[in-house]
Amino acid sequence: MSSPLHLAVALDGAGWHPAAWREPSAAPRALFSARYWAGLVTEAERGLLDFVTIEDALGLQSTLPDAPDERTDQVRGRFDAVLLAARLAPLTHRIGLVPTATTTHTEPFHVAIGIAALDHISGGRAGWRPQVSARGFEARHFGRRDVPPLDQVLNRPGGADLSADPHVRDLFAEAGDAVRVARLLWDSWEDDAEIRDVPTGRFVDRDKLHHIDFTGRFFSVKGPSITPRSPQGQPVVAALAHARLPYEFAAAHADVVFVTPHSADQARAIVAEVRELSADVRIFADLVVFLGDDAAGRKARLDELDGAELASDAAVFTGHVRELAGLLLEWQRAGIQGFRLRPGAVPYDLWQITSGLTAELRGRQAFRSRYEAGTLRGLLGLPRPASRYAEAR
Amino acid sequence: MSRRQVHLAAHFPGVNNTTVWADPRSGSQIDFASFTHLARTAERGKFDFFFLAEGLRLRELKGRIHDLDVVGRPESLTVLSALAAVTHRLGLAGTVNTTFNEPYELARRLSTLDHLSGGRAAWNVVTTSDAFTGENFRRGGFLDRADRYERAAEFVRLSRELWDSWQPDAVLGDQAAGHFLNEDAIGTVGHRGAHFTVEGRFTLPRSPQGHPIIIQAGDSAEGREFAAATADVIFTGHGSLEDGKRFYADVKSRLARYGREPHQLKIMPGVTFALGDTEEEAAENAADIRRRQVGPQTAIAFLEQVWGRDLSACDPDGPLPEIEPDLTAGVSQGRVAIKDRAAVAAKWRALAAEKGLTIRELVIEVTGRQTFVGTPRTVARLIDEHVQAGAADGFILVPHLTPGGLDEFVDRVVPLLQERGVFRTDYTGTTLREHLELA
Repeated sequence: MSSPLHLAVALDGAGWHPAAWREPSAAPRALFSARYWAGLVTEAERGLLDFVTIEDALGLQSTLPDAPDERTDQVRGRFDAVLLAARLAPLTHRIGLVPTATTTHTEPFHVAIGIAALDHISGGRAGWRPQVSARGFEARHFGRRDVPPLDQVLNRPGGADLSADPHVRDLFAEAGDAVRVARLLWDSWEDDAEIRDVPTGRFVDRDKLHHIDFTGRFFSVKGPSITPRSPQGQPVVAALAHARLPYEFAAAHADVVFVTPHSADQARAIVAEVRELSADVRIFADLVVFLGDDAAGRKARLDELDGAELASDAAVFTGHVRELAGLLLEWQRAGIQGFRLRPGAVPYDLWQITSGLTAELRGRQAFRSRYEAGTLRGLLGLPRPASRYAEAR
Repeated sequence: MSRRQVHLAAHFPGVNNTTVWADPRSGSQIDFASFTHLARTAERGKFDFFFLAEGLRLRELKGRIHDLDVVGRPESLTVLSALAAVTHRLGLAGTVNTTFNEPYELARRLSTLDHLSGGRAAWNVVTTSDAFTGENFRRGGFLDRADRYERAAEFVRLSRELWDSWQPDAVLGDQAAGHFLNEDAIGTVGHRGAHFTVEGRFTLPRSPQGHPIIIQAGDSAEGREFAAATADVIFTGHGSLEDGKRFYADVKSRLARYGREPHQLKIMPGVTFALGDTEEEAAENAADIRRRQVGPQTAIAFLEQVWGRDLSACDPDGPLPEIEPDLTAGVSQGRVAIKDRAAVAAKWRALAAEKGLTIRELVIEVTGRQTFVGTPRTVARLIDEHVQAGAADGFILVPHLTPGGLDEFVDRVVPLLQERGVFRTDYTGTTLREHLELA
């Protein structure tokens, strides 16, 4: 018998193929409605998945590395992912909600209390995927910093490892500080800070509220948070990583890392590299999936509609859920603990995952038949940490 | 002739001494269930909107975190977005500061809320003055008063440019022809101003209301002018009849300068209320609430803010201290500063001497009172009278209990307003703009 796998699904637009919105089952005019997203996330929960992620960026999607393109034949536009996750939280009960929020142009204080609020609203199901924005055209939406041109393709197969670029290194250092500050703020209220002590008239015990006094290269934050400690204490931080620098970032700051191997051997090598940096981080592999009897045909038709073969940072799988289950279990033996599947087209490939793949894995005793915990940390087997300030007492 | 219609909004009570957290009926200030209860009650009462304040730094007194009032709240827009899932018509208004946000990001969040709520979003535009709050942000404390309003005005102008930059019919989703977007439907924003330089493209289609509703809070000359130029609703403190009429006339008279009609800006004072089955019972309830809002420790804390000294040795049920205020030292941070503390101290001394008040009685006397006190019938009549007399277009109600503080008002006062023909019996529109008759 296999040990259980963790399964997440990455939601973005009509799916991860740029022409996915042209599938017959797609609802392209509904992409900017709450109902559309509610349908997807409740379906993911019906399939007992660990969590959904929601993509985001502070600029439009583009086929160009560092500029908006002029294409009108692909989905363009996205909601703020944290607010979208909050909108979905009351409609779901067990599934984790992991929005992307950028660390580059945002205020760490705002992001930290937004994710803490999501954790309160969802009863302990919040995560955060911090993401750097290296792109100059996004920087020009803020007009606060000059960004050197990135002439290399990001997030593409064969894309260069930008770890040596000093600008990119700074962005990751800043992201590290942003997550560090968020975690300090999440701990800045001890769990039992609210006392409502009528005789002394004190609502809180201020000895259990803490200034974080963070001073770094990029910003400083005094604290404490305005938001009391949330159900998970520390919401789950998940980072996407393709190379050494982001592996280091994930190992130092994240609870979960999404990696992009293209084979079991690569998976083994990446796991070894990440494990050298951290024994604890949960390692998930990303896969773009086209599923069903006609998976290859569907993908080929979408490629033709888009005028190009799908390009992705992650491996692309086409085939039946039986074969996918086999691949996941093979990669699991290489040290991968869970998978973040990126459906090529939704809702079709999502249905294949929630109905077909989960049943297939369950048949091999490799996936849950009911939610075994009420929080995302619980589902991932991560303990609820005590506030560092409480520990320091 | 038809009577002017009353607009009503519900304020989620929180971080201030008006919230009686010690009441056994007082529930969590942070659980989502509390927000849901109050919002659903407001929607049951057919209110225009639900209002949520924000906090960006915990208040401090004498260098320590103020611990006597409710402390702690979740992030405003995140909560409002979740409330969009559990309400259907109610407007969702959040206070968000322009000093420590950036237009592209905030305009995008507000547009997201408008989309996800089906056109129910409102933004209460505020500025922050103090370096104290700035210590939580990259920008730090960096703007003087005039610049803050200038930045706020440019912030709102730029947000509107971003919201307008997509044509209403931009999303075609034409699968057969392969046009997800209409050609030329997304404009480019190129903004160069004193505070912001923003160029590029917005990431969201035009939202159901076009622009989320703009609320402005504040009472200074700059604030009134800013509201006349840009706001849809003004949130004020002018709850009394005569004061309200003066404010109302002044603000509405400023609109013509910006080519706007009086009905295009709704004036809604924030008010409190106390109800009873008889006038006597209501008055007793009002006095009881005031006494519980100003506990012994709170009374001393108020005095310390004015005196600038540690007065923890004083007896709250005794007379004012003999010691003179220390005007060189401020002891309070993160709350509205008291101007001219010497004059306030002198006034308080005179009042306490004249009426023979203890410290606690004095603070109860000077720190505001319930706006509307009486039987449900009296309160309905008073609200109606204020609106018909041109002292307000409606009110933002601030209950003293979370989450049930609005239940009685909705159950007992709203039906009487409806009976008087001055308040809707059901929503006639789906967007907040429609509720406010601004569509």
